[in-house]
This record gives sequence, C-alpha cells and structure tokens, in this order.
Amino acid sequence: MLDSSLTELQAALAARKLSSVELTRLFLERIGRLNGALNAYVTVDEETSLAQARQADERRAKGEVAGPLAGIPVAHKDIFCTRELRTTCGSRMLEHYTSPYDAHVIEQFARAGAVLLGKTNMDEFAMGSSNETSHFGPVRNPWDRRLVPGGSSGGSATAVAARMAPAATGTDTGGSIRQPAALTGVCGLKPTYGLVSRYGMIAFASSLDQGGPVAKSAADLALLLNVMAGHDARDSTSVERPNEDYARELNVSLKGLRIGLPAEYFGEGVEPGVLKCVREAIAWFESQGARTLPLELPNTALAVPVYYVIAPAEASSNLSRFDGVRYGHRAKDYADLGDMYCRSRAEGFGAEVKRRILIGTYVLSHGYYDAYYLKAQKVRRLIARDFSEAFKRCDVIMGPTTPTTAFALGAKTDDPVQMYLNDIFTIPAPLAGLPGLSIPCGFDAKGLPVGLQVMGNYFAEATMLGMAHQYQRATEWHRCVPKETPL
Amino acid sequence: MSLSDDQIRRIARLARIAIGEQEAAEVRDRLNSVLGLIDQLQAVDTTGIEPMSHALDVVQPLRTDFVTESDQRASFQSGAPAVEGGLYLVPKVIE
Repeated sequence: MLDSSLTELQAALAARKLSSVELTRLFLERIGRLNGALNAYVTVDEETSLAQARQADERRAKGEVAGPLAGIPVAHKDIFCTRELRTTCGSRMLEHYTSPYDAHVIEQFARAGAVLLGKTNMDEFAMGSSNETSHFGPVRNPWDRRLVPGGSSGGSATAVAARMAPAATGTDTGGSIRQPAALTGVCGLKPTYGLVSRYGMIAFASSLDQGGPVAKSAADLALLLNVMAGHDARDSTSVERPNEDYARELNVSLKGLRIGLPAEYFGEGVEPGVLKCVREAIAWFESQGARTLPLELPNTALAVPVYYVIAPAEASSNLSRFDGVRYGHRAKDYADLGDMYCRSRAEGFGAEVKRRILIGTYVLSHGYYDAYYLKAQKVRRLIARDFSEAFKRCDVIMGPTTPTTAFALGAKTDDPVQMYLNDIFTIPAPLAGLPGLSIPCGFDAKGLPVGLQVMGNYFAEATMLGMAHQYQRATEWHRCVPKETPL
Repeated sequence: MSLSDDQIRRIARLARIAIGEQEAAEVRDRLNSVLGLIDQLQAVDTTGIEPMSHALDVVQPLRTDFVTESDQRASFQSGAPAVEGGLYLVPKVIE
C-alpha cells in the first residue's frame, strides 16, 4: 500500500480492503521510522490525522458520496496555512504560529475527502534550492543522506520519494516543485500562474508563486491538480475559467506532437549523466511518433539575474508584514518600537531570507528602481517573448529540469550565486507564467535520479500530463524506490 | 557596482533588520556577489520594451462594494505577541 498509486488507493478504500485509519496509520508509522533520518516533516500530529481518517471511514460506512481522495492521506508543504496544525513556513518567525483559517488548497483537499498527514519541511519562506535554509534543519535526500533533496519543497519531494506520503503539495516560485522532484526521483508540476489559488499560501514573490502537486506518477499529478485547481475570488490573480479534467488526455497520442529542444538547455554546465538520460527520454518520444525540432530561447541566461531582482523585490514587500506586532516572533529586548521591529526581524529571519529582503529593498529603493527593478521587468518580457515565439512552432518544450543531480549538503551554502545558478532551467517558466513539470527519466553514474522537464503553453497541463503518462506506461524510472528507504 | 558598509546600514534600516557589527562584512560581501550577478542585466538593450509586472495579461477583477468579512478579532489576536482589551500592544511611541 505504501507504494500504491492514488487510483489504487481509491479502489482499495472503496472495496473496503482497508480503512482510511489503517492506511493513515501505515504512513504515520513509516514517518515515525524514517523522519528522524530524513527530516521531511516539520509537524505530524497522529491524533489530528487519525481523527480525519476515522471521519472518512464513518462517511464511507454511511454511504455518503465520497470525494476523489476520500480517506487518502496527503502531506502539505508547511507554507499552506492550516487551522489544525501550526504553519511555520520553515522559519523561526512562525515557529509557534497557528493560522486562524485554512488555505484554499487545504480546503480543496478537505472537500475531496483527503486526510491531512502532516506539514512538510521547506526552505525558509521558500527561499532556497537545497532545503538547507529551514529553521528546522535540512531535509536529507533519501537516495543518499549526505546529499540535499533540492528545495524549496524538499520535504514534500522527500516524503513522496521515501514513500512517507502517497502524495504531497508544494509551491514553485523559481523551481521549488520541479527541482526537488528531479533531485529525489519523483514527479512535480508547477501549473500555469493563476490556476491554483494563493489564498492562505504564505507569499514569497506574488507574481511568480504557484502551488502544485508532488506525486509518484503523472496520472497521480493529474488527479491532484483536479483537486487543487479552480477559481477562488479570495486570490485576485486566480484565473476565471471553466474547470477542466486534467486526466482527460492521459491517453494522448504522441504521433505528430512537436517537441521543441532549446539549445540553451543542452549546452555547457549540464552534467553528461543528466544529458544522457534526458536525450534517451526524448529519443523514446521520437520513437513513438513525436517530432523534435531545435529551438532557441536566447534570453535563458538572463532568467537567473531577472529572477534575483524580481523575487527579492516582491519578497521584501511581502515579508514586511512580519513586524512582531500582530503575529510571529517578537524580540525580548528592545529600546523602542523601531528597535523592536529591527530586532524581531533580525532574530526571526534566517540569513538567506535577510539577504533577499535586503537585495529587494535595495533594488526598490529611490534611485535604483529604474536601473534594477524596472529593467528586470523589461527583460522578463523578453524571456516571456522567447517562449511565445517557441510555442508557435512546438507543442511542448523538453530539457533537463536541473543541470546536475543532487549535490552534497553544504556544497553551495557559502556561495549564494552558485546555488542560484542551479535553478537556471526552472526559473524561466514561472517568469513567463507557464506550466512546467518534472518526471524521473533515469539515473546518473552515481545512481542519482535525473529529471526530465516538460514545459507547455499556458493551460496546456492536460497535454503535458498525458505525454508524461505515456512515457511512464513504457518506463519504470518513476517506480524506483530509494535503496536507503526500502518498502 | 558594489555596496559600501554605509549603504548596507542604510538598506538594513529601510528593511527594519538589525545587523550586528560582526555580521556587516559578511552581509556586504554576499550582497555584492548577488549584485554582481544581477548587474548582467545592465548590458541588455530594452529600448521600447514594456515592463512585465504580471505573468498573465489580465486586469484586476472588481466586485460590488459590500461587507464580506465577519468580526474575527479575538481569533486573529489569539496568536499575537501582546494584546490587551482587543488592542495590539507595542512600546510607547509618544511620551
């Protein structure tokens, strides 16, 4: 059961082969056994989870209409506000914070009948690519505990990879779903901007942040996106469009589909082991009748500098709400009100978060706004135009999710720029607002998972998921379980 | 360009983040390395390019102006560091 797909779990629960309480216990026990070594979860509360599971079982016994995830436990990134469990966002600032309301995504999962399994570890305020900036300590990669799982949704990716959750949620601002999915050998989808409501999802960079699912297969991602997506008036950027069934194209024919291959994603700096796996995956799509065509996304190299202006600028504004007055950490000693703000924020935020707030404050400050912020917004448009040109010629774009497989803990913590450059292939999609997903497509010589990234045009999720599903019907990469965490 | 210690202090003051004397040098070095990265943008020709502030070209939705929120003061204040009589407490500002 630990390794079952969501569809299999649905069937087993519907056939009363097991109860939600039994299923939830199974995962709670596994979390109890593995979390000490992996640190994937920040908060697990057996009583809360089991109470929800019991409720699901009672509803089923009464014959009430069950939601699509009735009785299935799901883990949530600790960026989604929950009334029942604390929401820390990986920060000392919110270590003891419990939200008075549930995020839209949490409500959607509750409506679908899912059981809240726990809150997963993450880089502080989602700022990081290795999960090392969490106040609660780093998450470890289940494929090799000396390595990082990626970030910022590293806890969710690790929980799914180590089969400590059937599925999980994440958020992606510059790659925070796709990069950890790639580094831990699971599947992750960042939807089109605006598809999943940001209500109750603690804000990092509002024009980029997007929630999405992390799962073992593309078919599971489709099921989860069906639950997560949908208009919500409480998020003014939530798009108003008819609900879709994201699983409707799972049986898509690959014949004649046009796959764009951007030269910039296959060049210098990409490890040979990564390139090899990605090229083999693309060759498989060709063998099924898809056509590939070379592309150029000439502004790719500018995506990282653009991102590190825009995301910190928006973060500096969003994180100004943490003032030690209404909620969150307040310093014990201070001279006056101003000093209280400064000390509460100095103590409550970690080093990386402070750095980004300072950068953001600088690029928005008088005299520098045009040179940095406005300039970055203009280059952002150039990057988005590269994609709109590309999608006139192809249906999807494929390439590696990351230039390297998982790296060692501590390897990049002393050099923020090196850490940032690791996100070169995941940053462009959110800048343009486009959907992107990552699925496992093999292992490098060190035995570490490699991610294949599929980017699509706006609202092309169903097609992208269909392509990924077809690949997963023919391959076994997504079924591999880390040796360190056997079933 | 690179930031001086004075500029770092000014930015930290604007951001309301206290930075100790020992931290200042490290913060300065790391910020300067990030600025080195983002300075690449200066070389790009963006003449005539409209800034892109949002991922999708959509307008902010408007709704009728009526009350949608109920009073949840007690619940919201239950997590505050210091409250009294429904008010948030802060150090005295006016003597």
